[in-house]
Amino acid sequence: MREPHDSAARPPRTPNRRGVRAARPPNPHSPGSACSCRRRRCLPTGPEGKNVEDFTGPRERSDLGFITFDITADLENIFDWNVKQLFLYLSAEYSTKNNALNQVVLWDKIVLRGDNPKLLLKDMKTKYFFFDDGNGLKGNRNVTLTLSWNVVPNAGILPLVTGSGHVSVPFPDTYEITKSY
Amino acid sequence: MNKRQLYYQVLNFGMIVSSALMIWKGLMVITGSESPIVVVLSGSMEPAFHRGDLLFLTNRVEDPIRVGEIVVFRIEGREIPIVHRVLKIHEKQNGHIKFLTKGDNNAVDDRGLYKQGQHWLEKKDVVGRARGFVPYIGIVTILMNDYPKFKYAVLFLLGLFVLVHRE
Repeated sequence: MREPHDSAARPPRTPNRRGVRAARPPNPHSPGSACSCRRRRCLPTGPEGKNVEDFTGPRERSDLGFITFDITADLENIFDWNVKQLFLYLSAEYSTKNNALNQVVLWDKIVLRGDNPKLLLKDMKTKYFFFDDGNGLKGNRNVTLTLSWNVVPNAGILPLVTGSGHVSVPFPDTYEITKSY
Repeated sequence: MNKRQLYYQVLNFGMIVSSALMIWKGLMVITGSESPIVVVLSGSMEPAFHRGDLLFLTNRVEDPIRVGEIVVFRIEGREIPIVHRVLKIHEKQNGHIKFLTKGDNNAVDDRGLYKQGQHWLEKKDVVGRARGFVPYIGIVTILMNDYPKFKYAVLFLLGLFVLVHRE
């Protein structure tokens, strides 16, 4: 992964805790049925934002967000005889002055049939850089994190399901410049 | 076999070919995609899709492009479409959308694959969204491409069968 321009060490992980617990879903097989998730969220101390040049994309300074998260999920009921694997992903959705809708995948994971279906992940860093198209993260109070998954069958339809628990995350009004990530 | 029977067989063959074409065109209309069925050619979406899997696509305008979807897109200037997953989208108020893709089995996103200077994909680059899939069947297409002799053999056998087959 290419380093952002600001080579000063990145800010520390001020954790934004978020837990999504999937309880037994009523009907896990029909596409679009979200499992009933019980949200367990500790007090967030807030994610951080910086404003750096994205070397992998257009060379303007855009906002770069840092979020750490926890995920607790029980995927057992989604696996049936026709499910080969699940592609889980955590996405952030928000709107800015520049764009009415932005969606960014922050983290993903492939869960194969046979893998442990109970996920207990703590203090996870985002897998992909959370770059905005512009400077819309600073002060953005309404960034929604959602866990979704793509069911890949042995053969058949490829449904995209969104988990029903989602968390709203506010970004601070100032940029972080000193601390390390 | 007399002339009549030969003409009959040829007409039969013509009907089969036309029906196949009509079904294909019908699929194009229903799905809204110019290529409703594609074969996966690379391993960049493993372990979900392997080389030779068949994907069924739709490209309806009412379905907006969202992250997590598997899109088949074509890069300007290249004719071979690519099957990857949408990683980021930025949509303006007027509906104009730009998005970034990445293959599940790739370590980095697709910016390196796009045209020189191109940072995002747009709706016009999309051939379709993958809605369903069947494993392995597309291997026949790959074999026919890689081994032309195989393709001629298949066509020859088909032709022979049509001409010899008695109603």
